[in-house]
Amino acid sequence: MSPPLFAHLVTSGLGPIYDGIAHVFVTFEDLIPIVAIGFLAGQNGPRAARTALLVITVTWFAFGAVGWWAAVPASLPFPGIGLFVLLGVLIALGWPLPLPAIAGLAAILGALHGMVNGADIARDARDPVALVGIAATVFVLMTLSSAHVVGLTAPWSRVAVRVAGSWIAAIGMLMLGWALRG
Amino acid sequence: MRLRQAALVVLAVVWAGTPLFAHEKDGRALGFIAGLQHPVSGLDHVLAMVAVGLWGAQLGAPAIWLLPVAFPMVMAAGGVLGLIGVPLPGIEIGIAMSAILLGLVVMAEARPPLAVAAALVSMFAVFHGHAHGTELPPGQDGLSYSIGFVIATGCLHAAGIAVGLVHRWPAGRVALRVSGATVALAGVLFLWRAMA
Repeated sequence: MSPPLFAHLVTSGLGPIYDGIAHVFVTFEDLIPIVAIGFLAGQNGPRAARTALLVITVTWFAFGAVGWWAAVPASLPFPGIGLFVLLGVLIALGWPLPLPAIAGLAAILGALHGMVNGADIARDARDPVALVGIAATVFVLMTLSSAHVVGLTAPWSRVAVRVAGSWIAAIGMLMLGWALRG
Repeated sequence: MRLRQAALVVLAVVWAGTPLFAHEKDGRALGFIAGLQHPVSGLDHVLAMVAVGLWGAQLGAPAIWLLPVAFPMVMAAGGVLGLIGVPLPGIEIGIAMSAILLGLVVMAEARPPLAVAAALVSMFAVFHGHAHGTELPPGQDGLSYSIGFVIATGCLHAAGIAVGLVHRWPAGRVALRVSGATVALAGVLFLWRAMA
C-alpha cells in the first residue's frame, strides 16, 4: 500500500511544468482533497470560494518551495487522512462555515500537501519548476470544483454534493484503517 | 450549453483517468478495480445495499439522501474496525439479518421516524463494513482500493434509489413490496447458511 501524501512526481516527458500538472491528476492523495475543499468552499458561497482559491494556491506553492528547500520528511499520513475525513464530513453535513474556517482549512491543506510535494521533488532531485505546474493545476481544479458547486441551484444537486462528501469521508476513514494496519 | 459542459467534464475525467490504466502506478489500477469489484462480489452485500436505496426511495426526502449518506460513512467506520483486527461476533448473522430486516421494511413500506431508520441502516452498515474490512486483500493500493470500494457501494445505493422511483406508480409500489419480500427471503437463506 502507498501511504497517503507520499507520491513520486510522474514523468510526462514534456518538461517539469507538465510533470507537475500530470502529478496532480494521477495522484488521488492530492486530487481528491483539492476537489473536496473546492466543494466545501462552493457550498459556502462565492466569497468563500474566491478566498479559498487564493489561499490554497498561494500556500501550496509557498510551502512547496519551503518543502523543496528544507527537504522535510515526505510522508505525513495521519494529518493528511484526518484532513481528508474532516473535509468529507463537513461537505456531507452541509453546515455553513465562517470564512476564516474555510480559509484556514485551505491554508492547512495547501501547506501540508505543498510541503510534501516540494520535499518529494527535492528527494528525487527533480526540477522545482514542477511546483509551478502543480500550483497552476491546483488553481484550475479549485476554480472548476468550487464554481461548479456555487452555481448549483436545484436542491437535488446540492444533495449530490453532500453525498460526494460522505464518499470522501468514507474513503478517508478506510485510509485510516489501512494506515493503522500498516 | 449544460450538456456541452457536462461532456467537457466527462472528457476531462476520461483523459485524467487514462494514464492510471495505461501506466499502472504502484498497482493503483488493480487496486481500484479490486475495490470496485469487492462490494458486488457477494449477493448478501448487494441485496442489502440495494434495499437501502429502495427503502430510501419509499420514504422520500430527506431519507432518500440521508440513508445513502449515512451508510458509506458508518460502513467505512466498520471497515476500519475490520482492518485493524477488532473482532465483531456474529458478522455473517448480522449481514443476513440486514437483508431480512431491510427486505421486511421495504415489503411493509415501514415509515419509522427518520432517526430510527438511520440508526437501523447504520447498525447494519457496521456489519457490512467490518466484513469488507476483514476481507480486504493485502498488497493492494489502499487509496485506490478504497475509492473503488466506496464508489461501488454508492452505485448500489443509487441503483436501489433509481429502481425505487417506481414507487410513484401504484403498480410500482406493489413491485417494490415484492422486491422487499424477495430480499427478505434471500436473507433467510443467508441466515440458514450462516447458522449451518
